[in-house]
Amino acid sequence: MNEHPSFAAWEENVLKKVLERTPERAKEFVTDSGLPIERLALPETVDEKYLTKLGFPGQYPFTRGVHPTMYRGRLWTMRQYAGFSSAEDSNKRYRYLLEQGTTGLSVAFDLPTQIGYDSDHPLSCGEVGRVGVAIDTLADLEALFTGIPVDKVSTSMTINAPAAVLLAMYVVVGEKQGVKPAQLMGTIQNDILKEYIARGTYIFPPRPSLRLTTDIFAWCSKETPQFNTISISGYHIREAGSTAIQEIAYTLANGCTYVQAAIDAGLDVDVFAPRLAFFFNASPDLFEEVAKFRAARRLWARFMKERFHAQKPASQTLRFHTQTAGYSLTAQQIDNNIVRVTLQALAAVLGGTQSLHTNSRDEAFGLPTENSVRTSLRTQQIIACESGVCNTVDPLAGSYFIEDLTDRIEREALTLIEEIDRMGGMIAAIESGVVQRQIELSAFRYQQQIDRGERTIVGVNCFQEPEKVFPQTFRVGKAVEENQIKRLHEIRKKRDNGKVKKNLADLEEAARGKENVMPFIVEAVRCYTSIGEICDALRGVFGIYEERKGF
Amino acid sequence: MNEIDGILKGIREGNPRTIGRAISAIEEGNHRAAAILQGINEGCVLAATILGITGPPGAGKSTLINQLISHYRIHGKRVGIVAIDPSSPVSGGAILGDRIRMMRHATDPGVIIRSMSTRGRVGGLCAAAGSAAKIMACSGCNPVIIETVGVGHLEIDIVGLADIVVFVLAPGFGDDVQAMKAGLIEMADVLVVNKADHAGADALIVDLKYATQGRDCQVCSTSATESRGIEDLANIIGNIAQRKRQTGQFIQKREKMLESEILHRAVELMRTKLKDRLMAQEEQIIGDPQDIVRKLLEEVCVTQLESKKR
Amino acid sequence: MEAGQRRGRVLIGKVGLDGHDRGAKFIARSLRDDGFEVIYTGIRHTPEEIASVAVQEDVDAIGISLLSGAHNELIPAMIHALCQADAGDIPVIVGGAIPQEDISYLKDKGVCEVLTTGTPTQTILDVFRMVANEYRQKKHTYE
Repeated sequence: MNEHPSFAAWEENVLKKVLERTPERAKEFVTDSGLPIERLALPETVDEKYLTKLGFPGQYPFTRGVHPTMYRGRLWTMRQYAGFSSAEDSNKRYRYLLEQGTTGLSVAFDLPTQIGYDSDHPLSCGEVGRVGVAIDTLADLEALFTGIPVDKVSTSMTINAPAAVLLAMYVVVGEKQGVKPAQLMGTIQNDILKEYIARGTYIFPPRPSLRLTTDIFAWCSKETPQFNTISISGYHIREAGSTAIQEIAYTLANGCTYVQAAIDAGLDVDVFAPRLAFFFNASPDLFEEVAKFRAARRLWARFMKERFHAQKPASQTLRFHTQTAGYSLTAQQIDNNIVRVTLQALAAVLGGTQSLHTNSRDEAFGLPTENSVRTSLRTQQIIACESGVCNTVDPLAGSYFIEDLTDRIEREALTLIEEIDRMGGMIAAIESGVVQRQIELSAFRYQQQIDRGERTIVGVNCFQEPEKVFPQTFRVGKAVEENQIKRLHEIRKKRDNGKVKKNLADLEEAARGKENVMPFIVEAVRCYTSIGEICDALRGVFGIYEERKGF
Repeated sequence: MNEIDGILKGIREGNPRTIGRAISAIEEGNHRAAAILQGINEGCVLAATILGITGPPGAGKSTLINQLISHYRIHGKRVGIVAIDPSSPVSGGAILGDRIRMMRHATDPGVIIRSMSTRGRVGGLCAAAGSAAKIMACSGCNPVIIETVGVGHLEIDIVGLADIVVFVLAPGFGDDVQAMKAGLIEMADVLVVNKADHAGADALIVDLKYATQGRDCQVCSTSATESRGIEDLANIIGNIAQRKRQTGQFIQKREKMLESEILHRAVELMRTKLKDRLMAQEEQIIGDPQDIVRKLLEEVCVTQLESKKR
Repeated sequence: MEAGQRRGRVLIGKVGLDGHDRGAKFIARSLRDDGFEVIYTGIRHTPEEIASVAVQEDVDAIGISLLSGAHNELIPAMIHALCQADAGDIPVIVGGAIPQEDISYLKDKGVCEVLTTGTPTQTILDVFRMVANEYRQKKHTYE
């Protein structure tokens, strides 16, 4: 075993504490042949170079993982993104997923909800309940979590521009179940910058949006200390066509923007930073992806320590959720997608992800069917329970190739981040459209490579087969929209509209001033003010964002 | 009512379908183009102010124009916009994305927007853009805004197309602005420092004000994303238009514009003819280029004359 | 293709709230490189807005990409708006995640072609060339 004093120090100061709190899943881990597996494979001699670049897991710079025992202690959270049509229908799917062994929920909202429109808004026509569940008022979120104890399950919500509203609703749902805000576990995506860059569900301009973000940081650090206040997302940047390097560069640059905004708003970095989470894409290039995750961890730790002077290790760790690459799924020979997803999920696990969503084989066509969703969950379970990759920490460390790739990705990403710094920061870069253009160009090149046969996609530009069978996809009926609108109108009749009006006026005043808007939003949702009404009030104060020219 | 009368009536009534098609006819130079242009009510064209708005890419022209549209709409004016983007010299294609910033006016019947690409023809483009502006004016638009990107010589050409030239700048263009300054002040009626909330804006304004002292060129600042300074800009434009009309400068400029339009059209026509002629040559072209040019010109002019006689 | 000659003008955009514009931008760029003038309208627009732009710009074809599943509502609404503006003849091409069983419905509603996920780029370009060219021919015979 290793003699270096730092190893002993790590065992004593980091590992021991964690083992006391969370013992490993087994007393002993062995290979199929019965060979014992060490927790942590190390080079023959641990030297300064090793310590600066890699260090020990759970210790700065966290290249080898954020946790000293990684999956020997606890497996990643298997979290399948789901949600469609009405709250009742989605509730059924969540309960099904929990029965099947998912360990966390991940709520998909429909587009009107994500953009802060009620289901009866003219722009919502045709969109209600389509790509996620429709939420207008607290009543919908209550229905969504019926029979699901929110103190036991961690819930991730893909909600950005109106994140404050959904968080407020979740807190009130908890109250009604008798759960204190402090007990709530989960994540709101709340990452508005990547919406301007890649995903498109923005409402307000960047600056007021950042104020909402920091208001959430401040409020959550007091009220919901176990809740991740943001999931800084490279996933969608990658889906929009970026490279792996651009994915982490832009994501970490966004991260730095949030941290700086919060510090500027007077928050203590070591108070809010431990609740920042990340979200990355797991793409087909297995080794590059593994290197990407490791490089991102190291870069973020350095930023937090050196740029923002975070002291706590928890403030320096990059914890992340991963989803396999939606863009890599093909409409041709769709069963091949199961294999693609397996490789991508493996990359995420070898890269040390904290939670994982595996895509379903039929998602190139629309929402997945229940059967496909089950297979994709089973994929994770097979990796976790059968492959043996979870029995040691950061198994690819020390590979010449992986370490070199990790270094190079880190360097290239840093160059891109410094370019953005020189442009005056991420907001300026977004407003000038530079970032969007870079991604668009990468996407264009990628597709050109496929078209020219320079990049092989099995079943698409080689090994093709004639196909005439189209998969059954999941459909959401038109009735959902009608019912949702009916329900909203009933609530508007039943609720105390005087109170609604007053709460909205109070919220507007807070938004105009400097007060934290969160408590006002909580009060507003409590009396069944709708998401559209709340967002309209804020639109009146903050204005709206208009798209930049994309080319 | 014959076809052309129907089109002219549609234009006057502001029918977007007719206007769109009429502009296409003129852009493509098909047989109806001349008749449409002849039938256009000169009174309307004279009554409308044509604004040329130009500046380097990234200065925020489209966002500024978007705000100007809102301003004019609040004051009950119908607005026309011709937005010009460069085309790819390789494919001849173009992505015309300027109106993305103006999408909020998409269904407003009082706003008509038309995108054009250079298609590698500067003279011809000017003719087409000028004609599109006339059609818009005839449909009751006042002002008509012509937007161009300040690339190459395009921004110079806008001077020949517009009654009032507005040049949009933003802080951060540094040396480029210094290099352009002299030319800018000569050609522009208004210099707008957009993104006035950004660092460096104040210095740029002071710099430009100093440089324009004693000249017929005004400086103002805007922040188009926050719609600040828009009203001031519109007032400045309004005042200049009024003054130019009172002093007769307006008519003088229009006469010049007509001259330049004739010249543009002639050059474009000549270019096509010369090219056709050159391409039609069967033997390999050899010899002194000067001589060939002279010969070519003679040939083209003679055939032109002969075809007239027939 | 020589500059000055024309393949035509096409509108490429998205309708509804779906913000995934990777495909739309790719097609816009590919069409430009093929010699088209592309009016790119971006994301988050109503069917009426798209129709109005198509009319003002007098395009030879409209290409709309949708991934949100709202096509059966939004596309017919857009075609209706086109008809209202006396522009029901402008050909409409729909691309994106369109289930097989919806294709005939969209075609009944006046959609000229549906290009689902996985269609090769060259096929897409060919469709635009053919459709835009046919429409331009038709325009000329009126004249």
